[in-house]
Amino acid sequence: MHPAPSVIIFTTLSGLGFGLLFFLGLGQPAVTGKVAFVFYAIAFGLACGGLLASTFHLGRPERAWRALTQWKTSWLSREGVCAVGALIVMGLYALGAVFMDSHWTLLGWIGAALSLATVFTTSMIYTQLKTIPRWNMELTPAMFLSFSLAGGALLAGAESVAPWLLAIAGAVQLAYWAKGDKALENSGTNLGTATGLGDRGAVRAFEPPHTGSNYLLREFVHVVGRKHAQKLRMIAFILGFALPLLLILTPVQGIVIKHVFAALAVLSHLAGIATSRWLFFAQAEHVVGLYYGKR
Amino acid sequence: MTELPNSTDRKMGLVIDLDTCVGCHACVISCKGWNTENYGAPLSDQNPYGGDPSGTFLNRVHSYEVQPAEGHAQLIHFPKSCLHCEDAPCVTVCPTGASYKRAEDGIVLVNEDHCIGCGLCAWSCPYGARELDLAEGVMKKCTLCVDRIYNENLPEVDRIPSCVRTCPAGARHFGDLGDPDSDVSKLVAERGGMDLMPEMGTKPVNKYLPPRPKDQIEEQIDILAPLLAPVADEPQGFMGWLDKALDKLPGGAN
Repeated sequence: MHPAPSVIIFTTLSGLGFGLLFFLGLGQPAVTGKVAFVFYAIAFGLACGGLLASTFHLGRPERAWRALTQWKTSWLSREGVCAVGALIVMGLYALGAVFMDSHWTLLGWIGAALSLATVFTTSMIYTQLKTIPRWNMELTPAMFLSFSLAGGALLAGAESVAPWLLAIAGAVQLAYWAKGDKALENSGTNLGTATGLGDRGAVRAFEPPHTGSNYLLREFVHVVGRKHAQKLRMIAFILGFALPLLLILTPVQGIVIKHVFAALAVLSHLAGIATSRWLFFAQAEHVVGLYYGKR
Repeated sequence: MTELPNSTDRKMGLVIDLDTCVGCHACVISCKGWNTENYGAPLSDQNPYGGDPSGTFLNRVHSYEVQPAEGHAQLIHFPKSCLHCEDAPCVTVCPTGASYKRAEDGIVLVNEDHCIGCGLCAWSCPYGARELDLAEGVMKKCTLCVDRIYNENLPEVDRIPSCVRTCPAGARHFGDLGDPDSDVSKLVAERGGMDLMPEMGTKPVNKYLPPRPKDQIEEQIDILAPLLAPVADEPQGFMGWLDKALDKLPGGAN
């Protein structure tokens, strides 16, 4: 799949933003006033920035509101509904925390649930696609949710759970890579089933329909950079999970150094998740590539 | 709503004969021509006369080589367009309701006024039947020439999809695959029509007729053939001397 920057930015930032909103909704940390304002500004900045970035890859962004209508069948539509719901509910909750010095617990819980639901529905947009075996696995939603919770815990400064959530996210990442590498092969789809000619002999793409490129090849057959996949996996794992874990578990003296270490952990995690998300797209093989003798 | 109809009154679709297709690409051109001038946004080209031309097509012809375990390889031309699936994943994933399947004839269409060009329907299609038009920003796909097949302004002979009307080999057939007595259904039953990627569970309406087995070349094609066979396996006379002389030269033999 073509790793479109808009979609990578969207899933990385909004995953982190909704993760933070989840913890804020649960009252972790139970901040009010100016401190709360900073926390909510970061959370809404990430979540809304990501959502905004996602509209950049649309052919007709001015009609994006229509995407809220088909929640009965479409995961993309459900994601839109959940995102709008989470932002409204958490916006009201934030008003209470920032300006009225009060936490409306029930509203916070609803907001937290909607924030998590947004991340889940995002992951289901990819998971539902049988055409991309590497995404069509239970580990895809597990990955999106565990990343979002780990990143949210880091940003929220939830010291007790953050190390555990980071470790779980790291483990899910490794499992996703290991299982994903065999997904296309195990799906049973190959050029033989694609053409229906497989039982007659070995099928080979002899001549493509045209000498130039097309939308399908640009969108679905991305091979540039796959050769560096193993190195990028190392970078993603170290930056995303190992280094942040080290930074938050290192015992330090003084509140300033502690905050600097926490900030570095968040930035490192963000860079790692962005790298992982790039690989999520770049390594995903769409079965339509088979028709072109590619993957 | 982008819910699929439980059933459709008819299942209009194409039957493509892989035995007959000669790979001339006439269907590709006639499709592009008709669908650029008629229903919906035109099929644009990008940089058509430049170094890296590309464009939107609703129908493309691949060519595959099939090498059986024994015998000669076979070249098979393979036209591919929307299969108007019964369980069309491209319809249910659409967030806006722009993508839909008609209950009356099963044709899968895009309402281009509601399409936001997110591309998810193309992601969900295993067959590469949908292409986002870069000029218009909306998704384009085969309409089964919905503006021809019911068009009473056209002579009756032309009320079939443009690709079918054009095919000089008669490799493309159009009809109701939901009616077991239709010509296309009989053709599918007779020739063992098949689905592409049945494991995807899309239940395509369009069927492909597999190529017929090739004639086998028999060992002895003529009773006089044995008389024309080489009489000596080892070179004799002058050629024999030359062979030996060349062997003796330094440099070795192959």
